[in-house]
Amino acid sequence: MLHTVNKSPFDRNSLESCLKHAKKGAAILLIEDGIYGALKGTAVSKKVEEALKKVSIYALYPDIEARGMQDRALDGIKLIDYSGFVDLVAEHNTVQSWL
Amino acid sequence: MTESTGGIDMDEGTSGVVKKFLYVNRKAPYGTIYALESLEVVLIAAAFDQDVSLAFLEDGVYQIAKGQATKGIDVKNFSPTYRALEGYDIEKLYVSKDALEARGLTEKDLLVPVTVLGAEEMADLMDQQDVVLSF
Repeated sequence: MLHTVNKSPFDRNSLESCLKHAKKGAAILLIEDGIYGALKGTAVSKKVEEALKKVSIYALYPDIEARGMQDRALDGIKLIDYSGFVDLVAEHNTVQSWL
Repeated sequence: MTESTGGIDMDEGTSGVVKKFLYVNRKAPYGTIYALESLEVVLIAAAFDQDVSLAFLEDGVYQIAKGQATKGIDVKNFSPTYRALEGYDIEKLYVSKDALEARGLTEKDLLVPVTVLGAEEMADLMDQQDVVLSF
């Protein structure tokens, strides 16, 4: 299953809820303002690093660049572009969007 | 004899009353339109020669992050406009200390010179205003 999160973890509880409900081996894609959840040194970094032990986390690099957050992604987060986004959706049977 | 003012006093409305305006920015850029629209309103206020201050709280601090490159999402990068505010005599930019810390950012990560304020100082700043606009 693929989960997408498009809201900032400092503004909404979407990321938290997503992490709580994602099963081992699931894929999580952070897009739009959701990319702030993929960064080093923030108040949520620890929680995300912990989650990386059981799920794969991806972040849409064009959204990271747009917000000036290049080189800040946590180790272990896979950076992808829009075609990677398409591939992820195609690889998984279902998509849950945590809006 | 009674005195007459001798007509309507036009001064009152046109002599340029200067009020303190504060723009409170709390949202990240690009995910929504608030950051850009706030900036548009700030520029209009500058044209009216008001005493303008900008506050960046919470995710609002991301609005003035350095290095924004929006080509990949096909949206106009409006961040250079923050650097142009100086040219409109808008130099009072205040940033929440707590917001920077929670996001692992420092003043060096910001596009423009700012004054960093603790929560109490920010509350005082808000309290001193005649008009507060929220975005």
